Order: sequence, then C-alpha cells, then structure tokens
Amino acid sequence: MSEKNRLVDAPSHVKLLERDLDKRPILECMHLGIDFGGLHAVEDLNITIGPTEISGLIGPNGAGKTTVFNLLTKVYEPTGGVIMIDGVDTRGKSTAQISHMGVARTFQNIRLFNHMSVLENVTAAMDARLKYGFGSSIFRLPAYWREEKRAREEARELLNAFGMSKEEETPAGSLPYGEQRRLEIVRALATKPRILLLDEPAAGMNPSETRELMENIRWIRETFNTAIFLIEHDMKLVMEVCDGIMVLNFGRVIAKGTPKDIQNDPQVIEAYLGRKKEAQHG
Amino acid sequence: MSIFLRTFISGLNLGSIYALIALGYSMVYGIAKMLNFAHGDIIMIGAYTGIVAVMNLHLPPVVALIVSVIVCAGLGMLIETLAYKPLRQAPSLSVLITAIGVSYFLQNLALLIFGSEQKAYPQMSGLGSFTILDVKVDGITVMTLAVTAVIMIGLTLFINGTRMGKAMRAVSEDRGAAELMGISVNKTILITFAIGSGLAAIASAFYGMTYVYIKPTTGSMPGIKAFTAAVFGGIGSLPGAMLGGILLGLIEQFAKAYISTQWSDAIVFAVLILVLIVRPTGLLGKKSTEKV
Repeated sequence: MSEKNRLVDAPSHVKLLERDLDKRPILECMHLGIDFGGLHAVEDLNITIGPTEISGLIGPNGAGKTTVFNLLTKVYEPTGGVIMIDGVDTRGKSTAQISHMGVARTFQNIRLFNHMSVLENVTAAMDARLKYGFGSSIFRLPAYWREEKRAREEARELLNAFGMSKEEETPAGSLPYGEQRRLEIVRALATKPRILLLDEPAAGMNPSETRELMENIRWIRETFNTAIFLIEHDMKLVMEVCDGIMVLNFGRVIAKGTPKDIQNDPQVIEAYLGRKKEAQHG
Repeated sequence: MSIFLRTFISGLNLGSIYALIALGYSMVYGIAKMLNFAHGDIIMIGAYTGIVAVMNLHLPPVVALIVSVIVCAGLGMLIETLAYKPLRQAPSLSVLITAIGVSYFLQNLALLIFGSEQKAYPQMSGLGSFTILDVKVDGITVMTLAVTAVIMIGLTLFINGTRMGKAMRAVSEDRGAAELMGISVNKTILITFAIGSGLAAIASAFYGMTYVYIKPTTGSMPGIKAFTAAVFGGIGSLPGAMLGGILLGLIEQFAKAYISTQWSDAIVFAVLILVLIVRPTGLLGKKSTEKV
C-alpha cells in the first residue's frame, strides 16, 4: 500500500485517506437517523467518505446496515440528520435523483431485470442519463440513433471489461449466480456513479470467487474513479480491501478506523463475540 | 360458409376493439401494478369527445380522432396524477376502490354534461364496402383491422426497441431497482397511462362506428370484456392482451351466431373460467414461481 493510501486524521475529526484530504468528501452524513414507529433503527450516524476511498460497513445481523444504504439512496426518508452527496444536500430528492447525483448500489438479494437481456439491463441503467425526450424516441430523430448507438457501445465495453460479452443476449434471470452478482455491479457502474454501494457483494461466493471480487473492487476504484462503500460479512475481504471501516451495532456506530484499529477494538470484539473475559474464564 | 365467414370477420372486428382496450388494461397492470377499472370509461369519454368534435365543432373525422386521442391521453395522465399517484405506497385494495370511484365519477360527469339520452356517433361515409365470397365487408371493418394491426406492431416495436419501452419493462420487473438505477418511475407510469388511454380513444372511435349509440354507461361493458380479454391472454403481457382480445371477440360472435345471442356472454365467461383452470396465468402469462 502506498503512502498516499494511509488513513489520517482530517481537521474535522474524521478519518480520511491522505490523498483525499484536499478533496471534498463524496459522501457526508451528519446525525443521520430513522425511526420506525418509535424504534430507532439508525441513530446519530456520521459518515465521511473521500472520493477515492473504499469504506466498509460491518456489524452483526440486524444492526441496521442495509437500512443505512436505504437511507443513503432515499428508499427510506431519514427522520433526522443530513446526507450530502459531493457537498449537495439531498433533502427532498427522490431515489432516481439520488442516482443521477452519482450514487449507485447493488442488492443483498440480487434484483436484476430478470426477463431483460444482459445488455438491456446495462443500457436501461444508462438511459436515464441520456438527453432527449419522448418525442424524439417516437420519431426516431438522428440524435436518438446517435445516443442509442453510443449507449450500446458503452454497455458492451463495460460488459467486456467484466468478461461478460458472450452473455449479452442472455436473459439476466438465467445467468448463473456469480454472474448475476457481477452483472449487478456492471449495471450499477453503468449509471456512472461517484460512489458505489455494495450490499454484501461476496454473499454466497466461494473463496476463489471472493478473491476475484476483492481484486475487482480495487480495480473498479482505480478504473472508474469512484468511491466504494460496502457491507460485508466476510472479514477477510473487509480487512484486506477497505481503507476505513465502520462498525454498526443496534443502529449506532460503535467503532471507526483502519482495519487494524477495528480488529483490536474491544467494543467490536464484544459486539461480535460477546464479552471476551467471560468467554476466556467461563 | 358465408355465415361462418361473416361471423369470423365481425368477430375480428369486435376482437380488435377489445384488444385495443385490453392493451391499456394490461400495460397499466404490468407497469403500475394496479387494475384501472376506470379504463372502460375513458372509452366513453373518447366517444363523446368524437361526437362533440364532429357535430359541434365540425371537424373532419380524422382530426376528431386525433382530438379524442389527445383528450383521453390527457385525461388518463390527469387521473393518474390526481387519483393514483398519491396512493403509490397504499395497499392495492385502496387503489382498486379509488379506480372504481374514478369510474363512477366519469360516468356521472358525462351524465351531467351530455344527459342520459343516448347520442349517435358520427358515421364515416365514403369508406364503401366490398364483397368476398358473398359476404359484404364494410370499409370501417377493414379500417379497424388495419389500424389495430399497425398499432400492435408499433407498440411491440416501441416496448422492445425504445428507451422508454425499456424503462417500462424495467419498472414492470422491479420498480425499486429501476428507480435506484435512475429511472423515474412516476414519469414512466404517467406515459403508460397516456398510451393506454390514447389506445382507448382509438377503440372508442371504432366502437362508435360499429355500435353507433353512446350513453354515459357505454364504457362499462366493453371495459369489462376487455379486462376479461387481458386476463384471458395473461394480464401484464402485451401479446397476451392482443391475443385475448381477438379470441374473445371471435368466441363472442361465434357464440351469438351458432349457439344463442342471449347466452353469448355466459359462454364467453365460461371459456375464460376453463382457460384459467388449465392456465391460471392466462394464455401467454408468465409463470411466477415463488422462490423459497
């Protein structure tokens, strides 16, 4: 790991990658929270992610990790706090607008457009960014064909980069599991994200697939110049890939820091394993 | 033989009208996941618009049809925005009841404006007719079949080949995921309503020229038949709606010609029940297997 990839204390008491220090964070949350009928699912959450950071969100089952992703993408409207994407307040923005601001995500349980072809899954995600209206799509103005062609070429390049060119015409639903997971990432990248949210990308993968995924995550960051925020239970992946890690328990952040900090944090060990001392002496 | 042929042609004619209406039902169901029971009444509004455009404004028939399509598409978008959009997160039963409410609202609105007496739909003269195998075929029948065929091909190309069509399919498969990929679900649903209602307006013109008399409750029977056709073919599937509509029209006319005029509707629904017993998702409906 190069010197520039170290996590350092930024002036505002958050930790950032050294190379991201002079840049505006891509994602900033302040006192973010949501109540479900009196239950504080997520409370007082503060996140800062730099524009080239790979950040991990871990925690026991039911800690509220996916809820955090749903808040960031406005699937749920937060009941408190602020989310800023690249310095822009997201209050009052819809899920689709959040996507246009540069937030893309994958899902814990794969949600592809199963009856559409692999290529269509990717171009559908690109479409929302293309300019021209309903009229020109009916009357097939030259601009339509130009944009359409460019979108298809771009989609093919993306698929090619992920080794999926051959399956272009296959319905997404009939791909094998691992390929479906990969297509979800390709589809998310097709929206040209500034930050990519991955919800348990390694779920259901065998060790060699997980190793490939780890390489892919780093490669995506470099190639697409995007920050990555991921939820994952595979500790080996998290510790190896992430620059910074946040640990969530009962909807609150109990620890934040580098993988090394987290590994030695007594609170984290307690949250995952129960009380250490009791376990040792009992 | 000539009875058979005549029945076949009138069945295709009626079936085309059902298919055009069923397309609207099916598209809205597939994309907005709701049964728009006010869809039948859009036909009635479309027919009255045609009458006003020709009789009162003295517009030529083709212009009247375009006006009617625009009015209905606008009305469909208005209904979606005012009545259905606020209920997007509500249980589907609330939306269904609202749709029935909208249906009664439109019928009573027409009753207020046009009164309860039936009005004659302006007939297109000069289309002529011709005879094949001793059967007289009206020009309007030929036009109905031709226009319906063109619309079906056009709509299929639109859904499969255009960006908006792709967005519609994405929304219909997974609304949440589509939205997270930046597709505006509200805009997509709005356009779906516009297209569905526009098709209903075209159906209304053919209905008016075939059955002539229009009254405020005119929309309900073809509406229910078209809904049946959509279920018959597999609701949510566009080829299903087309096939269902055409088959329903044929079955109805053959039942009328060969069995009994009074029993024709009962026969139509009996066939529907039989089909649904064998294929619960309709003729071309997608099988949905529950993942465990």
